[in-house]
Amino acid sequence: MSAFEELRGERRAIVSGIGQSQVGRRIYRDPLDLTVDAALEAIADAGLDPSDIDGIATYPGNMEIPPGFSGVGVTELQDALRLELNWFAGGMELPGQLGAVVNAVLAVSAGLCDHVLCFRTVWEASAQGDQGRASVTMGGGGGAYRASSFMQWTLPFGAASAANWIGMMAQRHFHEYGTTREQLAQIALNARANAALNPKAIYRDPMTMDDYLSVRMISTPLCLYDCDAPADGSTAVVISRVEHAAALDHPAARVEAMGTALRGRPSWDQFDDLTTMALRDASAMLWERSDLTPADVDVAELYDGFSFITLCWLEALGFCAQGEGGAFIEGGGAIARDGLLPLNTHGGQLSAGRLHGFGFLHEACVQLWGRGDERQVVRPGGRDPEVAVVGAGGGPLGGCLLLTKGR
Amino acid sequence: MSDKPFRVLPRLTDANEPFWLGGAEGELRFWRCQDCGYRLHPPGPICPRCRTKHLAVEAVSGKGTVFTYTINHQPWIPTFDPPYVVAIVELAEQDDLRLTTNIVGCDPDEVTIGMPVRVTFEHYDDNGYEVWLPLFEPDVAGGAA
Ligand SMILES: [Zn+2]
Repeated sequence: MSAFEELRGERRAIVSGIGQSQVGRRIYRDPLDLTVDAALEAIADAGLDPSDIDGIATYPGNMEIPPGFSGVGVTELQDALRLELNWFAGGMELPGQLGAVVNAVLAVSAGLCDHVLCFRTVWEASAQGDQGRASVTMGGGGGAYRASSFMQWTLPFGAASAANWIGMMAQRHFHEYGTTREQLAQIALNARANAALNPKAIYRDPMTMDDYLSVRMISTPLCLYDCDAPADGSTAVVISRVEHAAALDHPAARVEAMGTALRGRPSWDQFDDLTTMALRDASAMLWERSDLTPADVDVAELYDGFSFITLCWLEALGFCAQGEGGAFIEGGGAIARDGLLPLNTHGGQLSAGRLHGFGFLHEACVQLWGRGDERQVVRPGGRDPEVAVVGAGGGPLGGCLLLTKGR
Repeated sequence: MSDKPFRVLPRLTDANEPFWLGGAEGELRFWRCQDCGYRLHPPGPICPRCRTKHLAVEAVSGKGTVFTYTINHQPWIPTFDPPYVVAIVELAEQDDLRLTTNIVGCDPDEVTIGMPVRVTFEHYDDNGYEVWLPLFEPDVAGGAA
């Protein structure tokens, strides 16, 4: 057994508490104000006082551009709560948004700190105002703005948005495997059906296949309902040492395995197989680090910044074979709350709002801890969910966590 | 897109100038490893295959096929009016030599994966800041130079 297989250091860490601020469209609240709400709720949920927090990890750190994409970094939160930290990290060159959680798990497992507050705050809905996403994508630049880094290869061609880049991946998947819009629609329809049971979801009205097929196109084959809903909100979790589980008044979420690999070219248009994404490699690594298998998973919370990304996660994580994602989700039965694999049980980012990765982790804990109320998943035979997989990110960045319910 | 839309232009560097300026002479150019023959895109300082720095700029034929595409319907950029086709074109010279571009010279609905295309350059001059963007059009002759 290699050291890689033997150490599995992530098992020294748990998710001990979760918190989430008010979530909505254009609620025009200061992002730091939202962040402290989520943070204090998560700290209390973990049975802790702010003075117990000795680490902070966040994605993507404080950024001015694009507006609303961030706005709160490590230092703002540390100062707002006057936390005394032994360790901290904020940034975005990570295996997806959950890379911040990966960092926290590593820091706790290494003994650098005991309790890490991890958060992700977005206020894109307010920042975009009435101008829509285009105002954000352009980075506020006009006139003599010149594109550099990756954007130089796409922006001159009007490929300004991930909708275009993901649209091209989806088109290739449709071409190679015969995937259809009616199949892809099930990601959006399933999300909306689940959102109806989530009081914090942004879009809760029923959505039909006709609604989906008749809404306007954004970038073929992706229509408006394939794109997530910009939102304002903050989500926080506390990562603690596994010994802390005994002190909780609720189950812990144990970190069974993490997937963080990047093996293909880190690019939206240069990745070797454009019907997959970097999450393919992160997913493979996840199962290399666990004795559990896809058949053990009770709930799957998989990133849907665009519906097609979720389809990629389903294939990559082995819930179906490569190329068979369309058939797997066809009709929606397999991914429904009472189906083979309950998926995005809070409504995902498509209907519950673009909380950017952390919403999925929050929901996985809600389900593992039996807090789902109306939307609580009950597995066949009346069993409570015990294993959850969370995947976040798309295109060149992705990371995933396998969580188990445990004391 | 008969009239040229406003386009955000790339920031030129020593490494990317051969790509963005080659159109002045009608050539689509890439850095190529002089040891193993591998063509790099985007440009880099080293061949990722044999990891030597023996690189030189060479032109390709400008012919390729549509690897995948999307018809964009959303107005992202003022005066760059949808619908327009964004595509990833795979060039004839090398399986993984791909670039993001636009397909022009045909109706968006006529674009298909696998369609033969050839490069056509669109010249931009922003107060003396010049760039030649490589766009692609249907290669109806299917092989004629
Ligand atoms: Zn070489």
